[in-house]
Order: sequence, then C-alpha cells, then structure tokens
Amino acid sequence: MNASVGLVLMVAAGGALGGMARLAITNLFARWVGTAFPWGTLFVNLSGALLAGALAGWFGLARGGEMTGGWLFLVVGLLGGYTTVSSLSLQSLTLWQSGHRRGAIGNVAVTLVAGLALAAFGWWLTGRLT
Amino acid sequence: MNGWRAYAAVGLGSALGTTLRYLVSLATHATLGPAFPWGTLAVNLLGSWLIAAFAAYAALRVGGRVARWQPFLVAGFCGGFTTFSLFSLETLFLLELGRPGLALLYVLLSVPLWLAAAWWGDRFVRARHA
Repeated sequence: MNASVGLVLMVAAGGALGGMARLAITNLFARWVGTAFPWGTLFVNLSGALLAGALAGWFGLARGGEMTGGWLFLVVGLLGGYTTVSSLSLQSLTLWQSGHRRGAIGNVAVTLVAGLALAAFGWWLTGRLT
Repeated sequence: MNGWRAYAAVGLGSALGTTLRYLVSLATHATLGPAFPWGTLAVNLLGSWLIAAFAAYAALRVGGRVARWQPFLVAGFCGGFTTFSLFSLETLFLLELGRPGLALLYVLLSVPLWLAAAWWGDRFVRARHA
C-alpha cells in the first residue's frame, strides 16, 4: 500500500472541492429555511451517501487494495470531504442541549437510516448490489 | 469572513482534513488489516470531539483566534476529516462480504461514540475555559 504523491494530491483536490460544495449547499439551505434545524447538513449527507453508493456500483465494488485514481478523487476525496460526521454530531448535540430533543434524535435517526438506504439504492441503481 | 475568503479557507481546511483521513485509513489498513474500518471510525470520533471543542472555544472567546479561524477549522478541517458517505459505504461493504454482524457492530459503535465524542469535546473545553 504506497501512498504515492499523485494519489494523495487527487484526494486533497477532491476534498477541497467537496468541502466548498458543502459550504455552498449549507449556505443555500440556511438562506432558504433558516438555521433552526440543520437541513443543509442532512441534505449533504443523504445526497453524498446516494452518490457514493452509485459510484461503488459504477466502479464495480472497488474494495480494499486496488483503489484507482478515479475512486480516490471522487469517493475518498470529493464525496468524503463533501459529507460530514462532525457537523452532524455537533448540530445534534446543540439541538439536544437547546431542548429540541426530538429534533436531535430525528436528525441522527433520519441521517443514519435514510443515508444507508440511499447508499444501497444508489449501488443497486448502477447495477451491482445483488 | 465572507465570500471567496470563506470558500478558500473551507477548501484548504477540507483538503487538509481529507488528506489526513486518507493517510489514517492507509495506516490503519496496514497495521490493523482490512477486516474492519478502524480508520473511518477513528477520524469520525476525533473529528466530532474536535468540532465541539472548537465551537465551545469560539463561543467562549468571541473574536479570538479560534473564532476567526472557524471556517478553516470547523467547516473546513473537521468537515473534510470526517465522512458520512464512506461510513455508509463501509457498512454496505461489510454486508456485501457476508458480515452482517460486523456491519451492525460498526453502526452501533459509531453513532453513540460520535455523539459522546462531541459531548466530551464540548465539556472538555467548557470545564477548562469557563
């Protein structure tokens, strides 16, 4: 497993683009529906899970060792940087601490259940999940 | 921090976080093997702790260095470092490999630990800097 400089740079470039896309989308959602509930992060994580599943099917289950440059750029870099667990955790904690306990539990539960379902659906769509 | 400067800060932070996540996953892959996604579990835990610690610190020291660097540190670094899409994919990979018990264990370990890490990061900073 050698981390060649070229592959690391592809991961970094994907991560930069993914992070900026996440910022743009969370800003848009904040403007549209306010910041009382983290709709932007929810959208980012669900859409990212769907796309990651679709790419896993497309790349034919790129598993373990043989990671191509395309997989590293698009999935590990771009979608990995686009989606986030840290914001999910912080925003759920903040909702809980400000008394919105159902919102906090709902945020975690919907992200988890819908995220896994969408990733599986994306994978199935591109034709590999048996 | 507005406009293109926020995007530049988030893009740079996310590139760094994403690269570090990739290196952590390579390292855990090489040392602990590919059977369980230790790398993603570790970065999601650490990132959840860090984001809550940064947010608490910025809230206590308004206008301080952490507050000014928040787009780089929070939406950038923590956002790129942690990942929901790879978490979803790894869960599906474990199912696909015929390891439903490990997939369930991964999910049941991850979610409470993400939230506990954020709670602890918040507590850790508030206890020391209140």
